[in-house]
Amino acid sequence: MGANGLNQSMSRKQFVMLGGAVLAGLGLSACGGSGSSTSSSTTSSTTAAATGTVYYLNFKPEADEQWQALAKTYTDQTGVEVKVVTAASGTYEEKLKSEMSKSSAPTLFQVSGYVGLENWKEYCADLSGTDIYNQLTDTNLVLKEDSKVDAIGYVEEYFGIIYNKTLLTKAGYSESDITSFATLKKVCDDIQARKDELGVKGAFTSAGMDSSSSWRYTNHLADIPLYYEFKEDNVTNPDSIKGTYLPNYKDIFDLYITDSTCDKASLSAKTADDATSEFVNGEAVFYQNGTWAYDDIKALGDDTFGLLPIYIGVTGEEKQGICAGTENYWCVNTEASEDDQKATLDFMNWVVTSDEGTKSLADDMGFNCPFKSAKAASNPLVKIANTVNSSKTPVSWAFSVQPGDEYRKTLANALTAYAAGGTWDDVKVAFVDDWATEKAASASA
Amino acid sequence: MSKVLKKWWPLFVLPTALSFVFGFVIPFVQGTYLSFCQFKVISDTTFVGLRNYVDALSDSQFMSSFGFTALFAVTVTVLVNVFALAIALALTRNRLRGTNAYRTVFFMPNLIGGIVLGYIWQILINCVLSNVGADLLALNTVAGYWGLVLLTLWQQVGYMMIIYIAGLQSIPTDYIEAAKVDGANAWKTLWKVKIPNLMPTITICLFLTITNAFKLFDQNLALTGGDPNHSTEMLALNIYNTFYSRVGAKWMGIGQAKAVIFCILVVAISLIQLRATKSKEVQQ
Repeated sequence: MGANGLNQSMSRKQFVMLGGAVLAGLGLSACGGSGSSTSSSTTSSTTAAATGTVYYLNFKPEADEQWQALAKTYTDQTGVEVKVVTAASGTYEEKLKSEMSKSSAPTLFQVSGYVGLENWKEYCADLSGTDIYNQLTDTNLVLKEDSKVDAIGYVEEYFGIIYNKTLLTKAGYSESDITSFATLKKVCDDIQARKDELGVKGAFTSAGMDSSSSWRYTNHLADIPLYYEFKEDNVTNPDSIKGTYLPNYKDIFDLYITDSTCDKASLSAKTADDATSEFVNGEAVFYQNGTWAYDDIKALGDDTFGLLPIYIGVTGEEKQGICAGTENYWCVNTEASEDDQKATLDFMNWVVTSDEGTKSLADDMGFNCPFKSAKAASNPLVKIANTVNSSKTPVSWAFSVQPGDEYRKTLANALTAYAAGGTWDDVKVAFVDDWATEKAASASA
Repeated sequence: MSKVLKKWWPLFVLPTALSFVFGFVIPFVQGTYLSFCQFKVISDTTFVGLRNYVDALSDSQFMSSFGFTALFAVTVTVLVNVFALAIALALTRNRLRGTNAYRTVFFMPNLIGGIVLGYIWQILINCVLSNVGADLLALNTVAGYWGLVLLTLWQQVGYMMIIYIAGLQSIPTDYIEAAKVDGANAWKTLWKVKIPNLMPTITICLFLTITNAFKLFDQNLALTGGDPNHSTEMLALNIYNTFYSRVGAKWMGIGQAKAVIFCILVVAISLIQLRATKSKEVQQ
């Protein structure tokens, strides 16, 4: 197509002008249309009554579909526009940082705990006295600065040692045989010694130190020694730690990597998927993970697995329960307009009180929510955890005050090196000394 | 026509100019400004002067990342260009059959994204390392370094080869024939005729390899992720980690300052290189 195809009456000059205008238009539209969200749905408002709008930046990619559906239901019922955008796995903080800079910033976003809150506390509206705060059954699940409530935990999660009942019975043991670190070690050592007879590759699944899996040890396993130390010292978020229970941390980590499906030296490349598939395929009896792993292991059958507390050899640990806490806290953006904040609070309250909302949270997302009208979660691991914890003392998520990603990565490196034959001293430095260093580095200067 | 163009050229330049302004000039100016600020979101900043630059330059991790990147850039620049030129020379010889197929094969790795390549090579290299009983990539700085070099070679040699082939084919055949008549052997022809005539191509290829090496990010992230303990962390990954994985108010500004330093560094190095090789170019 050239000038020949155009009307003869059009002069060259006009053609040049037209071409230029078209190109300029293309250039402009290319600049404007830079959508970067992974998934979004905007539902237009149907009534003029609603003034505020809600924009939820969702943290859990696995629950994206359910949130989109909830948003649509809410809009259909009330006419309030609700937009849900989900950040791709592992990119929430990046996404939040860029979205918060925009003029239409999220009105509802998430932080993962006090450390995550550090970046965003100036943007958190005070939630004390709000409807949703009054719905909470456990007010420990909030993040506070003095009397200001910055964030509300909306889902309670649990982790411990998931085990395969069939295999444990085959080995001649039952859950009641394991009540402490000593008994856990005895059972594991025995299973490891008889692994060929039992048809397994090891007692524990591979303690993979690939980044997809290392958080199970740097965060979750570290929770227990931190929990006992904090309890003893009566602190919640210290600037430095002593590592009182570090020897216990070593004992349990040694057990994980010794009575294992794989050679210690290959751990650095083992992924979370490796561990999951070993467990699902019956190659290992024990698997440290949490209630969120249910979807991955449900192929085994709901009656086949149980959940044990993580024993590390502390006196009195017979009474220790499953680790219970959350990394999912809701914050309302205080920079959003009054109307938007109100619409957001109304939406949150609707989600945790209405039939549609509670049903979606419990059945579709499988969440155990700490709200008065919450339905029981459909997730069997949650049920087991609740049963165990009803007679024992739950372990809180002390690891949530670990000083950030940098600390975690260094600890993962040290543990990986230790597993491959390095010294425990490096782990000690990473666990204890780096805590103070990183806490100081993250302090607002 | 030229008269009309003279009058209407701004309209034609407009799309590109606008893209350049919106996609480069404005972010660059804003980014430079942010490097002097403490901020959490870019719409809400506090001016702190040069403090970010002081912090960035006194960060020992940033300095060691610079050392690692520089070492990597030197190795990669030399090796990529030597291999690319060697293959280009081999594939421009008339006697070789199937040269087009070979060109395609060598060029293909360039079409695969860096993250994918990084993970594939991570599996390959870890297999080899575990078979010889060495520490895997996550614990092995030396293997991480050579792994990155190998990966970059595999990805970029084919691309540079295409540019060298184009350069070699543009050398007038009379030059080569004249050299032959004068009794020059293949080695002499290469050094006295082909390479001097290739200087413009070499300039371009060196420029591309040096800047690519300094800016390498996805391959670094996927292959080693900086492990063990940041020892294989290159500059771009260091900036990314400073910006996104540190907690606290000051880190984003420091990351931004590092990015500005990084930009100046890459521009300076490539300008020096361009000047150095341009002076050796000959006029045909």
